[in-house]
Amino acid sequence: MSKPERAWDPGNPDRLYIVTKSCGQADPGVTRLDLVTLIVARTETDPGLQPEHETIVRMCDYPLSVAEISAYLTLPVSTVTVLLNDLLARGHVEARPPVPVAALPDVGLLEAVMHGLQNL
Amino acid sequence: MDYKTSDPPAGPRREDILPATAAAAVKVVIVGGFGVGKTTLVGTVSEIRPLTTEETMTQAGVGVDDIAGIEQKIETTVAMDFGRISINEQLVLYLFGTPGQERFWFLWDGLFEGALGAVVLLDTRRLEVSYEVVGILEERGVPFVVAVNTFPGAPVHPIPELRAAMDLPESVPIFACDARDRASCRDALMTLMRYLYRLANTPEPQ
Ligand SMILES: Nc1nc2c(ncn2[C@@H]2O[C@H](COP(=O)(O)OP(=O)(O)OP(=O)(O)O)[C@@H](O)[C@H]2O)c(=O)[nH]1
Ligand SMILES: [Mg+2]
Repeated sequence: MSKPERAWDPGNPDRLYIVTKSCGQADPGVTRLDLVTLIVARTETDPGLQPEHETIVRMCDYPLSVAEISAYLTLPVSTVTVLLNDLLARGHVEARPPVPVAALPDVGLLEAVMHGLQNL
Repeated sequence: MDYKTSDPPAGPRREDILPATAAAAVKVVIVGGFGVGKTTLVGTVSEIRPLTTEETMTQAGVGVDDIAGIEQKIETTVAMDFGRISINEQLVLYLFGTPGQERFWFLWDGLFEGALGAVVLLDTRRLEVSYEVVGILEERGVPFVVAVNTFPGAPVHPIPELRAAMDLPESVPIFACDARDRASCRDALMTLMRYLYRLANTPEPQ
């Protein structure tokens, strides 16, 4: 068993550069990820994953927004997005896009939100 | 002390986990000048301890006294707080408390795209800041309501005066709010939803 060590050092920009550089290059098929796109793991972590990817997969056992992943990893959303696209491309996670909001939001959606706020 | 086996794995605390049924999210942005109470409001209504996402901005340095005269890059880290409210088993609402300076808003790609709307926290000590903020939201077509935070010693203006000073149309709600008070913050969000509801039911004449 390898000891669970800190997956990476956020203070090391070279490391981050390598992480983001090595993946997410394939522009076609890149999923547009919003701050509030929910990410859920589809697979168990697999030993072939880089530690950064593995941490995300483990974290997304239950749905988690891109913003939350960024916060828990202390990585910028732009970097997290690159890592996520890599995991998406390999089928390790699934993305649940935000409720589409047109110029005028859906009345049913607003009713649901109002109902939820009432219970706050 | 090499073994850090006791370190909790990165990720949400048990009580901050969303149900597996969470299918989609919506977002609302909280905007306003420095120190107006954005973080406070997010923390007051959030079901999770508010979190922070950071972006870095690289700027060309000005007047840097380096010998070679090579332009220096200056990195600024900008933080944005956010919180979460589970609406029901499927729907999640996220609240983003934007950084105080508007020029940083666009570090987060798509922060305003697809947002339901915005709550502008108005600081009566610095009306001009809120004026600018409102201008940007109008430009981007983001519907908003205006919550007036009352700070001790701040000038007190009647709401109609503030509405006039801010050039707000009659239809845009403007109301008093205390970002430290849960009911007051919930009412602010509720007012935004009712306003959006009215907009959705009475489309603007073309
Ligand atoms: N009296 C009063 N004080 C408030 C209110 N909201 C916030 N404060 C106080 O104002 C201070 C600044 O609040 P923050 O929530 O940090 O403001 P902010 O808009 O996030 O500030 P920046 O992120 O620095 O731009 C804190 O000391 C709060 O306790 C309010 O509604 N009434
Ligand atoms: Mg703040």
